[in-house]
Amino acid sequence: MSATETRRNMLEKVMKEHGHQQSALVEILHKAQEIYGYLSKELLTDISQSLNLPPSTVFGVATFYSLFKLTEPGEHIVTGCLGTACYVKNAEEIMQAIEREFKVKRGETTSDRKLSLFLTRCIGACAMAPNIVVDEEVIGKATKEVVLGKIKSALGGMKIESV
Amino acid sequence: MNLSDIQRIAEQEVDFQRGFTHRINVCCSSGCVPLGAFNVLKAFQDAVKELGVERECKVAKTGCFGTCSAGPAVIIDTAERSRPALYESVTPEKAQKIVQEHIVSGSPVKEMLYKSPGSFKKQKRLVLKNAGWIDPTRIQDYIALGGYSAIVKALATMTPQGVIYEVSASRLRGRGGAGFATGQKWGLVARAAGSPKYVVANLDEGDPGVFANRTLAEADPHAILEGMLLAGYATGANKGYLYIRAEYPLAIKTLQTAIAQARSMSLLGASVLETPFKFDIELRFGAGAFVAGEETAILASVEGRRAMPRPRPPYPANSGLWGKPTLIQNVETLANIPQIVLNGGNWFSKTGTKRCTGTKCFSLTGKINNPGLIEVPMGITLREVVFEIGGGIPDGRKFKALLVGGPSGGCLPESLLDLPIDYDSLTKVGAIMGSGGIVVIDDTDCMVDTAKFFTEFCVEESCGKCTPCRAGLARVKEIFDGITTGTSRMEDLAVLEKSGAYIREASLCGLGQTAPNPVLTTLRYFKDEYIEHIQQKTCRAGKCFRKEERDQT
Repeated sequence: MSATETRRNMLEKVMKEHGHQQSALVEILHKAQEIYGYLSKELLTDISQSLNLPPSTVFGVATFYSLFKLTEPGEHIVTGCLGTACYVKNAEEIMQAIEREFKVKRGETTSDRKLSLFLTRCIGACAMAPNIVVDEEVIGKATKEVVLGKIKSALGGMKIESV
Repeated sequence: MNLSDIQRIAEQEVDFQRGFTHRINVCCSSGCVPLGAFNVLKAFQDAVKELGVERECKVAKTGCFGTCSAGPAVIIDTAERSRPALYESVTPEKAQKIVQEHIVSGSPVKEMLYKSPGSFKKQKRLVLKNAGWIDPTRIQDYIALGGYSAIVKALATMTPQGVIYEVSASRLRGRGGAGFATGQKWGLVARAAGSPKYVVANLDEGDPGVFANRTLAEADPHAILEGMLLAGYATGANKGYLYIRAEYPLAIKTLQTAIAQARSMSLLGASVLETPFKFDIELRFGAGAFVAGEETAILASVEGRRAMPRPRPPYPANSGLWGKPTLIQNVETLANIPQIVLNGGNWFSKTGTKRCTGTKCFSLTGKINNPGLIEVPMGITLREVVFEIGGGIPDGRKFKALLVGGPSGGCLPESLLDLPIDYDSLTKVGAIMGSGGIVVIDDTDCMVDTAKFFTEFCVEESCGKCTPCRAGLARVKEIFDGITTGTSRMEDLAVLEKSGAYIREASLCGLGQTAPNPVLTTLRYFKDEYIEHIQQKTCRAGKCFRKEERDQT
């Protein structure tokens, strides 16, 4: 079976688990994003047909919620928390340092598609503020040095090309 | 499984736990895991084996104690919970020494104990009573401490009206922020015409800086499920939706496990504990929308739509999910219910103040020595929370303000620190209880910048449905841009005040109605900083007027 078919089967299984309920759209979109990495136009159209929902509804929901990614993210994902506790603890400075160092703006991906930088409004680890998530790892009480180091080692120690 | 089986399981589990002399509780919640809690857990499991005390010690993976600044945290106690000792910043290397000295030799390792034990003195734990003590992935742990005996009591001896009577007598108010009387809400749903009825538990916790609900779900998930069961029984609902934000993967996993366990023991399902009462719970995920915590928006989201609020009436109690009567309740409110049913509403109403009974969980963060989760009786003062429980301001800095109630709360100055914490007092000074976030700000922070930060947050999170919130907040943000870059005039302050008042009055939902709070309170209590920015174009904290510097980067 091709990778495309495998992924489509996984998605079908998820929809089946939810009994193709239209009310489970958000859950299904989460799973679809997990399987495919992001929600492409084709994927959203496919889901709208499977759930018998107008494409406008599915696109409307996908664009409304900030956790849904509509473009393909880079190989590595860095998410900076700018919730209140992290902001008060100077997370903004760390974010700016990442932007400078890796030449990537928040919400965007480097041109070599190695690194995406996203923002979140609180991951609920506020006592450990500031928090930066590098791929799956949450770095609490983050400092510029530690975060930049982690990202560099995630990228394989290579200095990535500028945009 | 029937009603008497719960009692039997509880007795068996208590016997099993009494077989150990000590219990080693390793916090494995979202705060401690990034600091290496799983390695610490493994180290303790190895250490008790190596030192031959495996039979005497139960090593448990638990939820959070609330002392997040001291993570990874470990509590060692006797099986009867009579001599708890909290160890802070535990590493795998320390585990061996702690087991050797504390358990084998019988004397705690003093230099490794938690440095601020005083922070527990003024706390009172009702909602968090099991947090950090039970293993959240073992339903037996919860049952051993009296868990699910409230639903047994209700099903065996109480009518649904009887449950509502106790909840009303407790005078419990909704912990999601608005503080509506819980018993009254339950009565409305129970009496509402239409079926089926639904219970929606709100674990959206979108306020940045707040993690009480996450901690509760990770530490004691069954308390939430039992609260939902009791709500279903009392109101006549057979289906519950637990709405949780997707940013909380560990809480989601813990709840999924808990629901599966409850189903396998017929605590959930077509016949709860072999009675005619039917109830099941389904999880629903958020996807990063702050407004989804609003009660009509959460309904839209549970139905799989964009989380946009709608005007009320009709209220969800009459027309909620799919137009049916729906009870919406924050999970902290629900976690109070089992104890109210077990001990009676009068018992509960003895804690707190006359108008605000019980306790409230607060997430204490920002410039404070002991950040973490606390639970205090209503009526405690902000000063006690910041200086006695929170341990004051670090690095010798000076307290400047605290933000209470999240991005739609208020910024309160030192002169208001003696205010008792309750819904009404906080509203009077322009703040809100909200979901219980307290962020402390010291003299290195700028109040104008802080108000601007919250405004930007609300601009981004506004769903755009109503004009005052969408366009009004955008205009407020523009004024802030002017103030912080040196292009504004004194007249702008009056515009700010006026816009804030309009947005508060005219917005459709709670987001817009409370969004101007940070602006209005900072204008009220810290106006001199605004004037300084406008007239002298300086920021005493050095946060503003840095635009050029930023552009160069």
